[in-house]
Amino acid sequence: MIDPKVLERHGLKPDEYERIVGFLAREPNLTELGIFSVMWSEHCSYKSSRVHLKTLPTEGPQVLQGPGENAGAIDIGDGLAAVFKIESHNHPSFIEPYQGAATGVGGIIRDIFTMGARPIALMNSLRFGSFEEPGTRRLLGGVVAGIAGYGNSIGIPTVGGEIVFEPAYAGNPLVNVFCLGIARASDIIKGVASGVGNGVYYVGAKTGRDGIHGATMASAEFDEKSAEKRPAVQVGDPFMEKLLLEACLEVMQTDALVGIQDMGAAGLTCSTTEMGSRGGAGVEIDVALVPQRETGMTPYEIMLSESQERMLLVAKKGREAEVERIFSKWDLHAVRIGEVTADGTLRVKERGKIVAEIPNRALTDEAPQYRRPMETPSYLADVQSLAIDSLRPSGSSNDALLRLIASPTIASKHWVYRQYDHMVQTNTISLPGLGSGVVRVKGTSRALAVSVDGNGRYCYLDPKNGAMLAVAEASRNVACTGARPLGATNCLNFGNPERPAIMWQFAKAVEGIGDACRALDVPITGGNVSLYNETDGRAIYPTPIIGVVGVLEHADHVLERRFRETGDTIILLGEGRGELGGSEYLKTIHGLVRGTPPLLELQAERRLQQLLVTLAAERLVRSAHDCSDGGLAVTLAECCFGTNGAGAEVSVGAVAISRDSLINDAAALFGESSSRVVVSAVVDEVTEVLERAAAAGVPARVIGETGGNRLRIAAGGRAVVDVAVDEAERLWSTAIETHFQRRVA
Amino acid sequence: MKFAVIVFPGSNCDHDAYHAITAVLGHSAELIWHKDTDLKGAHAVILPGGFAHGDYLRTGAMARFSPIMRSVAAFADAGGPVLGICNGFQVLLEAGLLPGAMLRNRDLKFHCEHVHVRVEQTDTPSTLACHRGQVLRLPIAHGEGNYFADADVIARLETNRQIVFRYTDAAGNVDDAANPNGSVAAIAGICNEARNVVGLMPHPERACELILGSCDGLLILQSIVQACRQGHLAGGSKGHALQPA
Repeated sequence: MIDPKVLERHGLKPDEYERIVGFLAREPNLTELGIFSVMWSEHCSYKSSRVHLKTLPTEGPQVLQGPGENAGAIDIGDGLAAVFKIESHNHPSFIEPYQGAATGVGGIIRDIFTMGARPIALMNSLRFGSFEEPGTRRLLGGVVAGIAGYGNSIGIPTVGGEIVFEPAYAGNPLVNVFCLGIARASDIIKGVASGVGNGVYYVGAKTGRDGIHGATMASAEFDEKSAEKRPAVQVGDPFMEKLLLEACLEVMQTDALVGIQDMGAAGLTCSTTEMGSRGGAGVEIDVALVPQRETGMTPYEIMLSESQERMLLVAKKGREAEVERIFSKWDLHAVRIGEVTADGTLRVKERGKIVAEIPNRALTDEAPQYRRPMETPSYLADVQSLAIDSLRPSGSSNDALLRLIASPTIASKHWVYRQYDHMVQTNTISLPGLGSGVVRVKGTSRALAVSVDGNGRYCYLDPKNGAMLAVAEASRNVACTGARPLGATNCLNFGNPERPAIMWQFAKAVEGIGDACRALDVPITGGNVSLYNETDGRAIYPTPIIGVVGVLEHADHVLERRFRETGDTIILLGEGRGELGGSEYLKTIHGLVRGTPPLLELQAERRLQQLLVTLAAERLVRSAHDCSDGGLAVTLAECCFGTNGAGAEVSVGAVAISRDSLINDAAALFGESSSRVVVSAVVDEVTEVLERAAAAGVPARVIGETGGNRLRIAAGGRAVVDVAVDEAERLWSTAIETHFQRRVA
Repeated sequence: MKFAVIVFPGSNCDHDAYHAITAVLGHSAELIWHKDTDLKGAHAVILPGGFAHGDYLRTGAMARFSPIMRSVAAFADAGGPVLGICNGFQVLLEAGLLPGAMLRNRDLKFHCEHVHVRVEQTDTPSTLACHRGQVLRLPIAHGEGNYFADADVIARLETNRQIVFRYTDAAGNVDDAANPNGSVAAIAGICNEARNVVGLMPHPERACELILGSCDGLLILQSIVQACRQGHLAGGSKGHALQPA
C-alpha cells in the first residue's frame, strides 16, 4: 500500500523511505509513515539548514538557555530571565491570513510560557507585496486583524514590529512573530519526559482533523492549487490559550511537573518524540484516551493533527491530583494518555493495540541532514552593478523626501498598531512607532528593549552583508533606547533549498549572522527556519529577520526617536558615505533594486552601540534615532514627527559620487550608510557628548539645531530640503490609510 | 481601604488594576475568582478589562452568570461603589446593573490609543476627586465600545445626569472626530440612577504612572478611596448625596 504516490503525498523521497525501512527493519505502516513524514519534514527536522545553523554563536555568560528548547533565555539580573523566540507562520498566513497569523501568535506564546515564563510582550515582522498588487490589502488587513484578535484577547501587548512592502513578497507574505516572557532564572522549565512510570498528560483543546500535515505544507512550495490546502490551516482560540497559560503557570509553581511542551507543528507526534528524546526516555500513549472533537478519527489523524491550544506534560508520580486540581480550577481537564518508559521508543497504541512503534532517535537525531549543493546565483553580478551616472532624478530633493516618507515601508504604521492592544499589562514605556518596543520589568528598576529587523532587499543584493546589517540594525535599535543588547533570535525566511542558488543565499546569510552576532556579542538563543517560500517557482528575497533583546538598567532613562525641546543641538554619530546601493531611494524614486548594500564595519558598529548605552545611562542625550530606510533625511523627519510640528535646521556635508548634483544631494540625504544615529542634546551637554564620542572612537559631528516648524536641510552649504513639518507628518501618518481608502472609494 | 478585583477566566487587566491600587495608590486589593461568592469585606469592587469568558458571543454576555456577579449585584444594591472598566463596563451592561448595550466600533476595528474624556458628573464615587468639565487623557483598548441605547434611555440618562464621561478633543469639546468608536452622545462612561455603579470604556488603571504616559487615571481610583473615606457608600444606604470636589 505504500507506493511512490503515497510517498510523494507525504513529501518523502525514495531514499528517505529506504532509510525508514532500515531503522525499523521492516516496512512502516501508514501511521508510522505519517509520523516520519512530519518529523522529517524540513519544518521539524531542519534537514537542509542544520549543518549551517551549527556555526552560529550560541554561548555567552548571559545565556541561560540556547537553541534546542522551546525558547531561549538570557540572564537580565535580579535573578530574572528574559525568555524569547521568533517564529514564522508564513505559509498558513498566505492561505488564510486571519487564522494563519492568529495561530502563529498563539504558537509563539505557548513556546514562551512552556518555559515557565509569563509572556509580557509580542512583536512581529511582516512582509507583503506592494499596495498595487490585488491581494495586498486583503492579506495585510487579515494578518493584522489576526494578530490583534489573538494578542488582544489573551492580554499580551503587541509593542512594535516592522512591515515592509516589496513585490517579491506578493505570492509569499511573511508573518514572523516574536514573544518575550519573564521567568525566575532558577525556575525555567524544560520540555523533557523522564522518570519511568511518570504519567503523560494531555491538556487543552480537543483534537480535531484540522492542521493535518501543516508541517509538511510548510515544507513545500506554493502553486495555483494552494487554496485547496486551506483545511490544513488551524483555527485559533485565544480564550482557551489564556486558560492554558494561567493554569500552566500555576502548575509550574508546584514543582509537581517533570516537563511540558506545547503541541505545535506535528502536534502530538512532535511533542511525544521530542520530550522523550530530550529526557533520554521513551513515551507510550494510547490515542483512544486523547480527547477528540470529531468521531471516527484514526491513529494517523490523531498523531498528525495540529489542532491549536494543546499541551503535553509529564507529572511526578504521586503528585497527579495536584496537577489535575489546578487545571480543573480553570475548567480544563488534564487527561492521562500514557506514561514515560525506559526504552527510548515512541509507542502509540489504540485501545491497547500497538499501532506505531519507532525509536525516538530515528525521528530526531538520526533524521536526514543534507549538505545541499550551493552555487552563486546567476542574477547577482548583474544586480550588484549600479551605474550612478545613468540615474536621472525626476524631481527635487524636497519631492523625493515627501515621496519617501509616504512610501508604505517608511510611512507610519499607526493604522496597524492602533489595532493592537499595546498597553495591556501596564509595562509599555515606549509606545509603538517611537523606536524599539520597551517594557519595564515590574518589581525591578529595569526595562527590556526589543527590536526585530531585516532587509530582504539588502540580502537579495548581498546575503552575507545584508544579514550582518540586519543584526546590526536590530541591535542598534535596542541600543538607541539606551538598553545594552544581550541576545538574539532569528527567523530565516528563504526559498526552495533544493535549488543551489537559494542554498547559497542561506549559507551566506547564516555566515553573516554569525559574524555580526559574534562581533556585537549577541548570541543566538534560538529561532526558526522557513524554507520553500516560493510561488510558481519565484522565490522571496532571502529574508533573515533578527530579534534582539537588551536590558535598560533604569527604565526611566529610556530614549525615544522624537526631538524633545526647541534649541537642542542635533548630533550625528557615525559617518555617511553616500551609499545608495539597495536603498529605499533607488527603489521608490528610480524603481531600481540594484547596487551593493552599505558597508558594515562591525567594530565601528560595536563602539557606536556601546557609546549609545553610556550616553543614555548618563542622560547626556535626550533622543536617539538610527538611520536606516531612507537615510539621514528620513531619520531627521521622523525625529520631528510627533512633536506637534516642531522642526529642525540641519547642515550636512556634500557628497560627490555623480556628475549630477541632484544625485549627489540624494546620496547625502537618502544614502543608507550603516552605523549612524541622530541624537539630540541640551546645548550645555554637547561638548561632553562630543568628547565621549571621541574617547569611544565614534565619529560625531554637530549638524544642526531643533526649532521652528520646518525641516530645513542644507548639503554642502546649499539648501536642499525645506518642508513644513506638519504637512510632511500628515503625508507620513496617513499614507497607509490612504491606500486602504482607495479601495473603498 | 480594600478593593475587590473580580477575576473572570479571560480577564486580562485584573493584575493591572491590582498593581495600580496596591503598588501606586498604596491600598489593599484582593483578586476574587469569578466562581467565588464572597467579596471578602471589600469597600469597593472593580470589574476589570479583558475578555471575560472569551466573549465569542457578545462581550460580557456570559460573565453575568458567574457566581460572583450575584454578590456584586447585592453589593451594588446596598450602595457600594462598583467600577466597571472596559470589559467590566460591558459586563455591567449585560448584567443589567447599567442601562444600554455595546456595539462594535463604527469602523469595525479594535482601537488602542490615548483619548480625551470630559468628566460630566462629579457626584459619583468614581469621579468625586475630579472637577466638573475636567478633561482627562486616558487610554482605550476595545473593539466593542460603541455605546448604544434608544432615545428614551438616552433622554433619561441626560435628565438624571447619568452620563459621567464623554469623548472630547483635548480642549474638552465634543466633536465627532474625537469620538473613537461612534458612541451615542459621545458616551464614554455612565452611572446607575443611584450613582454608585460606574462603567467606562477607557482604562484609568493604565494611566496611573508618569512612565506610562499619563497619570490622569489616578483621579478616578483616588475618587473611590475618597468616597469610601467619607463613608457615604461603603455598605451604606442608597442615593446618598456626595460632596463634589
